Amino acid sequence: MSGKVDQRRREFVSVAGLAAAASVVAPGVFLQATAQAEPRSAPVSSKTRYGMLIDTTKCVDGCSDCVSGCEKENGLDLLKMPEGADPEEWDRQRPRWIRTVKVKDRLTGTVTSLPMMCQHCEFPPCQDVCPTGASFRRVDGIVMVDRHTCIGCRYCMMACPYKARSFIHEDIDEKLTIAPRGKGCVESCNLCVHRRDNGGTTTACQDACKHGAILFGDLNDPNSEIAQELRRQNNTELRADLKLNTGVRYRGI
Amino acid sequence: MKKIYYREWGIESPRYWGILAVLGVFLAVGGLAALYMEHHGHWVTGMNNEIVWGVPHVFAIFLIVAASGALNIAAFGSVFGKKIHKSLGRLSAMLAMSLLVGGLLVLVLDLGQPTRLIVAMTEYNFKSIFAWNIFLYVGFLVIVAVYLFTMMERKASKYYPTAGLVAFVWRLILTTGTGSIFGFIVARQGYDAAIMAPMFIIMSFAYGMAIYLLMLMFTFKLDGRPLGEKLLGRLKNLLGIFAAAVLYFVLVYHLTNLYGTENHEYEAFILRDGGIYTTLFWVGWILLGLLVPMGIVFHPALGKTHGGIIAASLLVILGGFVAMYVIVIGGQAFPMAMFPDKVIIESGFYDGVNGQPLHYAPSIWEFLLGVGGVAVSLAATLVGVRVLKLLPVSLEDEIVDPYHS
Amino acid sequence: MQDMFRFGTRLLMVMATFVLAQSAVAGQGAGSVIEGSKAYGLDSCVEPTPLMRKKHYAFLKHDRDITVHQGVRTIKHSLAGCVDCHAAKDDAGNYVPVTAEGQFCQSCHEYAGAELPCFSCHSSTPTKATKAGD
Repeated sequence: MSGKVDQRRREFVSVAGLAAAASVVAPGVFLQATAQAEPRSAPVSSKTRYGMLIDTTKCVDGCSDCVSGCEKENGLDLLKMPEGADPEEWDRQRPRWIRTVKVKDRLTGTVTSLPMMCQHCEFPPCQDVCPTGASFRRVDGIVMVDRHTCIGCRYCMMACPYKARSFIHEDIDEKLTIAPRGKGCVESCNLCVHRRDNGGTTTACQDACKHGAILFGDLNDPNSEIAQELRRQNNTELRADLKLNTGVRYRGI
Repeated sequence: MKKIYYREWGIESPRYWGILAVLGVFLAVGGLAALYMEHHGHWVTGMNNEIVWGVPHVFAIFLIVAASGALNIAAFGSVFGKKIHKSLGRLSAMLAMSLLVGGLLVLVLDLGQPTRLIVAMTEYNFKSIFAWNIFLYVGFLVIVAVYLFTMMERKASKYYPTAGLVAFVWRLILTTGTGSIFGFIVARQGYDAAIMAPMFIIMSFAYGMAIYLLMLMFTFKLDGRPLGEKLLGRLKNLLGIFAAAVLYFVLVYHLTNLYGTENHEYEAFILRDGGIYTTLFWVGWILLGLLVPMGIVFHPALGKTHGGIIAASLLVILGGFVAMYVIVIGGQAFPMAMFPDKVIIESGFYDGVNGQPLHYAPSIWEFLLGVGGVAVSLAATLVGVRVLKLLPVSLEDEIVDPYHS
Repeated sequence: MQDMFRFGTRLLMVMATFVLAQSAVAGQGAGSVIEGSKAYGLDSCVEPTPLMRKKHYAFLKHDRDITVHQGVRTIKHSLAGCVDCHAAKDDAGNYVPVTAEGQFCQSCHEYAGAELPCFSCHSSTPTKATKAGD
């Protein structure tokens, strides 16, 4: 009988996976047809290292499609301001996984727009400081929080050089099955980990970007598009001086 | 030196319970504030995704630092063989434990998931200074309790020097751990400095001594026990020296920073342009918290008055809170250098646009929780001196003979 | 302080009621699966019913670590699976949260006096999958 339940779940998931494969993807971004459509059944392996390449030369000032795409995907748009909260204070307290930033070069004055999110370091400071090990790096390169052991001390937020993390300041009424969320824990971009485990080949921010500025893939696979692109042209690691070997790389800054 | 007798704090019951009742009110209010924050979530506080550690952490870290410092008075007695300090040791150990408990309570009650404390006790990441601190804090309580026992129990007295040494070394490690919470943060300009650990140690000397002095004078005065002027004079001189040492470390810290161009913006922020943080640094920490108390205790006339010593101690404590505020909050308010060669001119997440400091408006709840922690520390100490023989019957100069060790 | 105390008493209460609940729940008999949920039409859960009643939290706790840390999504004991199967639909065809009064999770936890902390973070209804992932 239990087999029947499993069977049904599998069918459901595979439909979702097929939908993913068939979905329209931003121009300039290829979707590999070999995507697995089944949920992951074997543990993740360090043969894979997920990462992203962000081409800031394609990123358009004033556009924040990646942000809204992420927030819809991960249920961040479901959050409501607590009754009685000050809207300005609340805006600093509500979580964000990805944000747009505009920077000006100190010497040349060149202005660049880019999205910022968790940089998925190989040596994450957030993992080092976490007292319980809740902040961890999955062997496939995704840095994430195990909410079951997060005690909400926010030391990881103190330690992250990219200000990538958010604390959940209120009770959450509405949440998605794929993105659990509750008061008193810290969270951040997890490279759409539910997609990683269910055969998806893109991230929500990548899908949302009309300008093809975001490319997601396996850095360790020499044939992946991202690996080829990274080899083809120079790319930058934010705060490279810290030698964290980030999984998210930028072009054009 | 004559034999020292110890006796429980003997003030009349109504007075004793009255004091505890007052502290109890603060304690209860602090507890309610903690429940309020836990029930609603941290949105009711001023803390946000930029300033993630707020006033509760200022209180907690101050109390924890002061706790290790309060133990010094006892440690001087056993480690350096100063007999005069030996008679002061019991109160010193009691105060140290009480301050630590108060500080930890504030820290724990501010967690996003305080009921998951058990997780922090069972799951360890040994690369985390926080995880080490859990051991250091618990160990401190156990070691100091044993140390106190060796002071009070004649049969255990042969272990007194060893216990004292262990306690003293442990407290140095503990404060190193507390300072390293900040010292190891590479991401933030104001923190990433090894000097944080020794600076916290020297701060602990000053704050611990100030609280100890006040507690000693308060308990002795109320109970009508004699307290020698020469003894008091020695302690207040130590306070002045510790304050001077803090000043020295602050100076070294900022001078080192000023030498490296990469830190100029941070230094300009704290020392010149940081608004509230600059004011707090100069007026609260340096002037009121260090220079004025030094002036008082070393003043030929003022330094000899009880009022002067009390004022100096209070100012050092005030300066200690301010120092923690500047370090904890100021260090976060200064925008992180995410793009060292660029200026952030727009952001969807308050990244310190154009170098603007990040916003923090502390709420009343955070203060109430912190004050509750202070009340816990004070109440625990007073209960301790009431039920245990911690206070010498007399600390007259003829008895403790401060100038003969 | 109060909070620690509350935590302590809560722990004791949970432990005490747990012992009582073990026998009580085991003897409750069939019929607690909610009409209108997928589970209603099934003979058994992923494990025999008495075992699930006794041990579901242990199964969930064991498998959750596999999913969170190793990314395995085909685990047999998944909370999302519980919700998917046990959430009933109301007359309008909308899912009723499993934590709502009288629903599958809530009613039994209420009866046993046990807390139900899963759903402070997890969704208590099956939510739609996005196009690219479950």
